[in-house]
Amino acid sequence: MSSGHHHSHPPQEAHSNHEPDLPFWQKYIFSVDHKVIGVQYTVTALIFLLVGFCLMLLMRWQLAYPGKEIPWIAGWFSERQMLGGIMLPEFYNQLGAMHGTIMIFLGVVPLAVGGFGNYVIPLQIGAPDMAFPKLNMASYWLFLIGGVIMISSFFLPEGAAQSGWTSYPPLSVVAAGGQTTWLVGMLFLIFSSLLGSMNFIVTIVQLRADGLTFFRLPFFVWAQFVTSFLLLLAFPPLQAAAVLQFMDRVFHTSFFLPSGLVVAGKVLEVAGGGNPILWQHLFWFLAHPEVYVLILPAMGICAEVMTCNTRKPLYGYKSMIYSTIFLGFMSFVVWAHHMFLTNMGTKMSTFFQITTMIISIPSVIILTSLILSLWGGSIRFKTPMLFAIAFLPMFAIGGLTGLPLGLTAADIHLHDTYYVIGHFHYIVAPGTLFGLFAGIYHWYPKVTGRKMSEVLGKIHFLGTLIGMNCIFMPMFIMGIAGVSRRLWDPTQYAHAVPTQPLNVFISIAAWCMALGQIPFIINFFGSLIWGKKADDNPWQATTLEWATSTPPPHGNFATPPQVYRGPYEYSVPGQRTDFLPQNVKGDN
Amino acid sequence: MSALIRYISKPHPVSGVTNAKLGIWCFLASELMLFGGLFSAYIVLRGSASEWPHGSAVLNVPLATLNTLILISSSVTMVMSWASLALKNLKKFRFHLSMTILLSLAFLVIKGFEYHSKFEHHHFPSTDNFFGMYFTLTGLHAIHILGGVIVNAYLLFPGSKLYETEPEQFLGRIEAAGLYWHFVDLVWIFLFPVLYLL
Amino acid sequence: MNHYYGWGLPVNISTHGAAIDHLIYVIHIFMAVLFIGWFIFLIYALIKFRSRDGHKAIYDINHFKVPTYLEVFVALLEVVLLVGFSFPIMNQVRQQIPDKSKALEVRVLGEQFAWNIHYPGPDGLFGKSAPEFMKPGSPVGLDPEDPIGKDDVVTINQMNIPVHRPVLVHLSSKDVIHSFFLPVMRVKQDAIPGQSIPVWFEATQTGKFEIACAQLCGLGHYRMRGFFNVQSPEDFAKWLVSKAPKKRIPATPRVPAPLKSFVEDSTATVASHTTAPS
Repeated sequence: MSSGHHHSHPPQEAHSNHEPDLPFWQKYIFSVDHKVIGVQYTVTALIFLLVGFCLMLLMRWQLAYPGKEIPWIAGWFSERQMLGGIMLPEFYNQLGAMHGTIMIFLGVVPLAVGGFGNYVIPLQIGAPDMAFPKLNMASYWLFLIGGVIMISSFFLPEGAAQSGWTSYPPLSVVAAGGQTTWLVGMLFLIFSSLLGSMNFIVTIVQLRADGLTFFRLPFFVWAQFVTSFLLLLAFPPLQAAAVLQFMDRVFHTSFFLPSGLVVAGKVLEVAGGGNPILWQHLFWFLAHPEVYVLILPAMGICAEVMTCNTRKPLYGYKSMIYSTIFLGFMSFVVWAHHMFLTNMGTKMSTFFQITTMIISIPSVIILTSLILSLWGGSIRFKTPMLFAIAFLPMFAIGGLTGLPLGLTAADIHLHDTYYVIGHFHYIVAPGTLFGLFAGIYHWYPKVTGRKMSEVLGKIHFLGTLIGMNCIFMPMFIMGIAGVSRRLWDPTQYAHAVPTQPLNVFISIAAWCMALGQIPFIINFFGSLIWGKKADDNPWQATTLEWATSTPPPHGNFATPPQVYRGPYEYSVPGQRTDFLPQNVKGDN
Repeated sequence: MSALIRYISKPHPVSGVTNAKLGIWCFLASELMLFGGLFSAYIVLRGSASEWPHGSAVLNVPLATLNTLILISSSVTMVMSWASLALKNLKKFRFHLSMTILLSLAFLVIKGFEYHSKFEHHHFPSTDNFFGMYFTLTGLHAIHILGGVIVNAYLLFPGSKLYETEPEQFLGRIEAAGLYWHFVDLVWIFLFPVLYLL
Repeated sequence: MNHYYGWGLPVNISTHGAAIDHLIYVIHIFMAVLFIGWFIFLIYALIKFRSRDGHKAIYDINHFKVPTYLEVFVALLEVVLLVGFSFPIMNQVRQQIPDKSKALEVRVLGEQFAWNIHYPGPDGLFGKSAPEFMKPGSPVGLDPEDPIGKDDVVTINQMNIPVHRPVLVHLSSKDVIHSFFLPVMRVKQDAIPGQSIPVWFEATQTGKFEIACAQLCGLGHYRMRGFFNVQSPEDFAKWLVSKAPKKRIPATPRVPAPLKSFVEDSTATVASHTTAPS
C-alpha cells in the first residue's frame, strides 16, 4: 500500500526531513515506523482473512451437498484431504478448526489492533511513533511467524489441527500431530500480542500531545486502550494452558487427561489424574475477553466514522467510556457461560448467568449512544458511514441472540447448535468486520493520499450486507431446530434433515458474497493508482490524524501538536466551519 | 527518530514514570497472569488428585534451598549494580552485574543437576501430575532465568555503550532489567515452598 | 420420523421441556420487540437527519430520558428472565433428581463414535466396570467376575425407555468429551471422561427418536447417532428381556459393534405411536 504515494509525492517529501534515506528493506520491510507496521499488519491480516474465508467456502460445499464430489478444484488436494473429490471428515474438521483460528487470531485481531491501532493511535494522540518502535516491529514479525506456522500445518503429513479452534482436551491431546503445530503457532501469536498490547498502553499513557487529557481522547483510542488491557491480562492464562497442553502432547503428562481413558479400544497409557475441564476454564478466561477484543476496536471505529459523517458530537461520550471500562472489567468474570453444560454447580451457573446479564447493560449503553448520536445530525452517506451504520443493527442482533444462550435453561437446547454460530458471527462478521471495513474506507485517504471509489464501495457494501444476512440469519432457524455445529454431514440426523435446504441456501449466499468482495479488492489496490487525490483532511474531521500532511511523514508531525478541546467538536455554533479540529484555536 | 519520543529517560510529569518502567510493569502484570494461570492449574489438579506426593520426600530440598539463597543473592547484586550505576561507579556496576549473571548461571547448573538426578530415578514429566507440574513450572522458570541472563549479558557488554550517550536511559534499562529479575526471583520464592515443602 | 422435526423447535415429549420452550419463546418476543423498536428509530433518524441543502446538524442536543428508561427496561426484563424462568427451570432440571426407587437408572457411556447404554437388569444394580475390561464384546467394561453384572443389559446406540417414568441417566465418556443430546427431550449434557454426571427426564409419549452428539469428538462426530425409543412400560419390559445377556453372551465379538446395533435396530420392537400418525 505504501508504494501508492509514489505517484502523488516524491519519496523524500513523503518521508520528511530529519531521517536520512533508509534502504528499501529498512523503510518498508523491517521498518520501525508505526505507520509502515500498521500497513504491514493490515495487508497481512486482510490476506489471512481471505484465506480463512476460502476455507469456509470450501466447507460450505460439503455442508450443502454432503458427500458429493467437489467440482473443478478437487484435484488441488492430497489424498489425505479429499478422496475421489470428496472431502474427508478429518479434513473438514481441519478446515473448521483453522477457519476459527485464522479468522480470530490471524485476521480480525491483527487487523483491528495491529493494523488500525498501530496506524491510527500515535497519530490520534499526536505522538511521533509508538513508545517502543523496535518492539513494535518484533510484534509484527512474531505475528507473521506464528501465522505462517499455523497455515503451514496444512502441508504437513498429519495435517492441521482438527479439534476446533477451542481445542478441547482430551480430543486435542489424542488427536493427530497438527495440534502441536497449532500450539506452537499460538505461543508466537500470544507473545506478539503481549508486545503489542504493552506498547499500546505505554504509548497512550505517556505520549499524548500536550493538552490531550484522557477525556479528550477520541473514543477509538479509549476502545484500544481497554482492548490492550484485555490482551495483556487475558492472553497469559491461555499461554499457560497452551504450555500445559503442549506438555500433554509432547512429554505425555496428563494435566488434561483423567485416569482410565480408553481410546480406540485401548487403555491410554498415561499417568492420568488430570482434568479436561481445567483447559476450558483457562481457555475461556482468555476467549471471553477476546470477544471484547474483537468488538471494542470496531465500536471505536464506528464512533470516529459516525461523528465525522453526522457532523455532530458523540452522544454520551463519557458514559460510553465508562461503559467500555466496565465492559473490560466484567469480561473477566463471565467466561464460564461458555461451559454451562459441563456439570458446573447451580451456584456457579447462577453466578455466571448474573454476570452475563450484567455485562449486557454496558453493551446496550454503547449501542444506544451510537444510535442516538445520529439524532440531530446531518448524515452523509459515504461508504465508511454505510458500514458504520450497518454495524449497529448487526451488532444488535448478535448481542440480543446472546441472551437465550446466557440463560442456562434456554442454553440446554441451544448450546453447541447453529444458533451459537449465528450469534457470534453476527458479532464478529457483520459486526466487527463492518466496523473494520468502515475504518479501511475512512483512513485509506490518510494512508495512501488517495480516496477509494464510492461506487465500488457502495456495491461492496450492498453485496456484503445482503450476503452476511443471508448467511447467518438462517442459522438461527437451524439452531432452534437443534442442528449441532461441526457436523461433516448434517443429513445423518433426522432432526437436521428438514433444515438442510437452508444449508444449500447459506452456501450459495456465501459463494455470492465471495464474488461481492471482488469490488473491494479492485478498489483497495486500484485506488492506489486511479483514486482521487486526497488532501490532508478529506473528510473535514476534527481528530489529530487529519492535522498532519497526507500521507503523514516519518515522525508524524512537523511540530508537536497542542490540543485545545475534545475530539468531536462538529457544528459548534458561532464557528465559520462545521468542524473545529482539536489542535486549532477557535474563532472566539 | 527516537529522540522525538518523549519520556524515554525522564519520567512523565503526570504518570511519574518513564516509558520503559511503565512497559516493564505491564509486562510483569502479564507474567503474573501467566504464572497465576499455572498456579491455579496446580491448585485444581492437586485438589482433585487422589494422591499427591509430599515434595520433600521426592525432591532435593537442600539443593533447592541452596538455589533459593543463590537467587536471593543475585537479586541483591542486581540492586547493587543499579545503585552503583546511579552513583556513577561504573567499575562496581560491572562487578555486581557480572556477579548477578554468574549466580544465575550457578542456579541453572544446580537445576540441571537436580533434573539429571530426577531422570536417573526415572522421574519424568509423564510419571504423574506432581512431576508434570514440577517440570513445567521449574522449566518455565528456568527459561525466564535464561532470558534474564541474556538481557543482563547484553546490558553488561554491547548494551552498555548507551551509557556514554544516554546515561539516564541506560540507568532506566538496568532498573527495568532489575524489576524483571526481582519478579523471576519472586516466582521462585513461590515455587520453592509450593513444590518442595507443601 | 419427519413430523417430529421441522423448522421450529423439535416436538417436545418431556415433562420439563415445555418450560424451556416457553422461555425460548418469551426471550425471542422480547428480543424482537427491542430490535424492532431500535430499528425503526434507526431508520427514522437516518431519513430525518439525512444531509441535504438547508439542513444543519445541531451541536447541542438535550439529554434524552429514553436511554435511561430503556436501560431500566432491559435490566428489569433480564431480572425477570433470570428469576422468573431460568433459575426455577434449572432448579427443576439440576436439583430435583428423581427418587431412585421410582426412576429407571441407566448408565450412558460415550465413546468415539457410539453411545453405550447400560441397564442394571432385573436386580436393579449395575455390575462393576473398569477400563481394562473394555473390549469389542464388552463396551462398558463389565467385570466378568462380578455376579451383580451378570444380568446387566448393554446395548450400543439403542436406548429404550418406558413412557411416564422418570429416567435417571449417569452420563460419562470413555475417551473424549461428547455431549448427550436428545432433541425431543430438551436434554443436552456434556459427557466428560472421568466424571459421572446425573441427567434425568421423563417422557410423556411413545415414539422413535434419536440421540445426537453435540460436542465435536473427532472425525466421526457427525455419525455419532443413537436411536431413542420411548415405549409403553409393557413393551419396554419385553424389550429388556429380549436383550437379556443369555442371548447376547455367545454372540461373537468379531462382529463390529456399531454395525451390530444397526442390524438390531431394524428388527427391534416397534413402539406404537399413540399420538402422531405414522
